[in-house]
Amino acid sequence: MTTRTVRSFKPSWRETTIGTAAFFGVWYFVALIGIAPAKFFPMPHEVLAKLFALTHTQFAGATLQMHLLSSLHRYAMGFLLAIVIGLPLGLLMGRFRWLDVVVTPLFDALRFIAPVAWVPFAALWFGTGIGGPTLIIFAGAFPPILINAYRGARGVDPRYLEAASMLGIGSFKTITDVLFPAAIPSIIAGLRVGAGLGWMSLVGAELIAANRGVGYLIVKGQSAVDTPIVMAGMIAIGAVGVVIDVVLRKLEKHLLRHRKS
Amino acid sequence: MSEITFTNVSRSFERDGNMFLAVDSVSLTVRDREFVAIVGPSGCGKTTCMRMAAGLEFPTAGQVTVSGKEVISPGPDRAVVFQQFALFPWKTVSENIDFGLRAKGLDEAERRRIVEHNIALMNLRGYETAFPHQLSGGMQQRVAIARAYALDPDVLLMDEPFGALDAQTRVVMQEELVKLARLNPRTVLFITHAVDEAVYLADRVVIMTSRPGKIKEILDVKAVRDAENWDQHSRIEDVMDLASFVHLRTRIWKSLREEHAGDDH
Repeated sequence: MTTRTVRSFKPSWRETTIGTAAFFGVWYFVALIGIAPAKFFPMPHEVLAKLFALTHTQFAGATLQMHLLSSLHRYAMGFLLAIVIGLPLGLLMGRFRWLDVVVTPLFDALRFIAPVAWVPFAALWFGTGIGGPTLIIFAGAFPPILINAYRGARGVDPRYLEAASMLGIGSFKTITDVLFPAAIPSIIAGLRVGAGLGWMSLVGAELIAANRGVGYLIVKGQSAVDTPIVMAGMIAIGAVGVVIDVVLRKLEKHLLRHRKS
Repeated sequence: MSEITFTNVSRSFERDGNMFLAVDSVSLTVRDREFVAIVGPSGCGKTTCMRMAAGLEFPTAGQVTVSGKEVISPGPDRAVVFQQFALFPWKTVSENIDFGLRAKGLDEAERRRIVEHNIALMNLRGYETAFPHQLSGGMQQRVAIARAYALDPDVLLMDEPFGALDAQTRVVMQEELVKLARLNPRTVLFITHAVDEAVYLADRVVIMTSRPGKIKEILDVKAVRDAENWDQHSRIEDVMDLASFVHLRTRIWKSLREEHAGDDH
């Protein structure tokens, strides 16, 4: 991960303001020239008003905050499951050649299946409550977490492993105390990509959610042909996604505070 | 008895489909508590020899033993000091030194005693909680040496340990290593390309030929050192001024130059 897809989070306020104003300007312009019926292309102020309204009036059985909370709950489950399985498996694959050979072909095929494609099976196997949606989010977050843990473990400076074996460090301790900390920069990159893809899979996951969640809100808004609600849901998803990334970058800074840059 | 013995040791590598011989029939014994330095042109296989004693590489023919046992894997009985220090950047100075002691299963009080002792020995007091990147190269190599000594190894294997240090730091480290080695002699195999360093530190200096690496000759420095009483001088420059030192150094230089001349054809 050498290319940075997200800019540093301390841009100058002036540029940010100009950019935002330009965005809304273009939005108004496109809405006003009418490339789609007004009903299907709401104005920014309508969407923002709806966004605000949703914070204190219920739609699809809950307020926006309740939907978000419900989504975050599922998301946390799926993301954590992806970490719990992907991180150790990736490190072990990076350490043990035989495991790499066994898992990689299968994994390479599976990772090209879009998370949404799991929707039917997720519902059939794990139900529409928490289990099914969790699996969809897991399917989004798991591949990058595993791949980056694996790459991190493969890329560890061999001197650290030689020093560890010279010191008589056992196999398990070498993984937890050498391989893992040495792979942290790559692991964090994987967590960030995985967090993003997991969160993006949310709408797909909530296609099968029973009765709550931002994805569910969007689906319901769509069937009610209430486009401001759909856009308000999209904005909420985008905003929370940014917050998740900021949190992970703070974590990265904290974990790497003792390293040379 | 902690001896390192190489018996007819050869090591070949494959490169671009061709096998080439890096170390050719080396036989050498580093006796108990003897300090042996190997010098030779770069690529002569001297580091490979050290790595075979460490168990990080293996001979393609012959046998390497330490304390009478064939070397089959790395282990804390053969502590290595690497040229690039190889400290764990996410561990503090104390934690780096302590890491191997934990693996040995020592209790906490004993570990703390050993860590403190070695921190004092290597003049690292006050840096216990520093991380490696906060230290200079010389300080980092002190930590690596403290880490090796803390293991209380049968033998110490040092691979150009001062090669990455600046000239002044290097001299200080060499003087300290001599003090340590005279105070508490251990079996040491020391790899270097610096002739001064080899003559100053070692009891015997092994000169290797360039590819394939063979032992060209072995010089007994200790006999000269004892006869001329080098150890009465505490400063390296005073020792280096002695006629007997200069004579040995020149001898080794001439021997090595023949190897370089051989490289040019």
